[in-house]
Amino acid sequence: MDFRMDIIIDYIPLILKGAMLTIGISILSIILGSIFGLVIGFGKMSSRMILRWPMSAYINFFRGTPLYVQILMVHFGLIPMVIGRTDPIAAAIIALSLNSAAYTAEIFRAGIQSMSAGQIEAAYSLGMSHRQAMQFIILPQAIKRMIPAFGNEFIVLVKDSSLVAIIAAPEIMYWSNGMSGQYSRIWEPYLFASLIYFILTYSLSKLLSVLERKLA
Amino acid sequence: MMDPMIEVIDLHKSFGSQAVLKQINMKVLHQEVVVIIGPSGSGKSTFLRCLNLLEQPQSGQILIEGQSLMDPNIQISTIRTEVGMVFQQFNLFPHMKVIDNITIAPIQVRKWSVEKARSKAIELLAKVGLSEKANVYPDSLSGGQAQRVAIARALAMEPKIMLFDEPTSALDPEMVGEVLAVMKDLAKEGMTMVIVTHEMDFAREVSDRVLFMEQGMIVEEGTPEEIFERPTHERTKSFLSRRDGYLSLRKYKE
Repeated sequence: MDFRMDIIIDYIPLILKGAMLTIGISILSIILGSIFGLVIGFGKMSSRMILRWPMSAYINFFRGTPLYVQILMVHFGLIPMVIGRTDPIAAAIIALSLNSAAYTAEIFRAGIQSMSAGQIEAAYSLGMSHRQAMQFIILPQAIKRMIPAFGNEFIVLVKDSSLVAIIAAPEIMYWSNGMSGQYSRIWEPYLFASLIYFILTYSLSKLLSVLERKLA
Repeated sequence: MMDPMIEVIDLHKSFGSQAVLKQINMKVLHQEVVVIIGPSGSGKSTFLRCLNLLEQPQSGQILIEGQSLMDPNIQISTIRTEVGMVFQQFNLFPHMKVIDNITIAPIQVRKWSVEKARSKAIELLAKVGLSEKANVYPDSLSGGQAQRVAIARALAMEPKIMLFDEPTSALDPEMVGEVLAVMKDLAKEGMTMVIVTHEMDFAREVSDRVLFMEQGMIVEEGTPEEIFERPTHERTKSFLSRRDGYLSLRKYKE
């Protein structure tokens, strides 16, 4: 079997452009997903039914249905409903953030609930409000414990961002599909795309383990 | 006449159907040191934790300087700034240096300046004999040191009352003394204190009044002489003699 380096070289500029978009979409989705996730996680821990129930429903929906279906609904449904037309990059970021938020919410909840009751009692006994106890005592400690779980979630998100090729967001997979179609080749485009994704996820996991060591 | 520092009226508390505190009535006067003794499971820790509402009682009244804790309009965190607590397991914040453990609440809750909070913390660390530990993390402290830091942390809020929940029960025997010494100094300075403890010699020495609790009730109360020398209630007598028997057995074995 021959392996045509020339078509890879031909596509390198486009794939690298796609990689930049993959990175951009991933970073924004990680940030937005974590912020939504924090809010949803706290909502699910609330003592009030009116907050807890919708947050549980949200988590169940986004964890229980395929991301692929969610991407199509956001792209063809949600975005046009709000801005009147669709936009593949915005749709990609929103779909990935909404989906990731369901998982990060559970990471936040599990991390916070794993803290010993003594820590929050000590904070309360010093006159701290619930918000102060969370901000200064519980979250800084809980986030350290959450890093490995967040690492998993972020790596999954980077890989899952390949699904947004279906709505023509011009990221890595979009150009790899194009390369495959243009030259009717299988191994060159998909192995090359795999290599790029691997470099991204491997760097991310290294970055997180450095972070984990620094904070520990 | 001044309001008592703490007044508890007909307090009841249950976990589910299990009644753990029944009809508790007591007062603590200004500058008084009250020690609560009793067998494990008698409700003494639960009672102490009701005094700053870490546990929510079902009924009854708790008044701190005449102010009701049960008043729905009261900001409970405001009351807690006046009532310091020391826990059996220390509960220091492991992600902060010793000095930050002590300054965090005065800065965030009392809104003190960082300089003011730090100089207060340094003063308190000197008082508990740990000046050189200001910049270490709690996990490098021994149990006795950690508990002294926890006392300094509670004192930094300048509370009017200090609650101690079995402060020496998690310590190795050779470290008990250093913690009790700090508490004795506090008592001498006139701090109002409520202490749950199993250290009978300490109770006898520092307390103004001793309460004996069993099965969620205050069975007997009196001066240390009355409780330890001539208890009137059968259950107090058997609790204290079991303890003496156990201690003399331990001495015999050694």
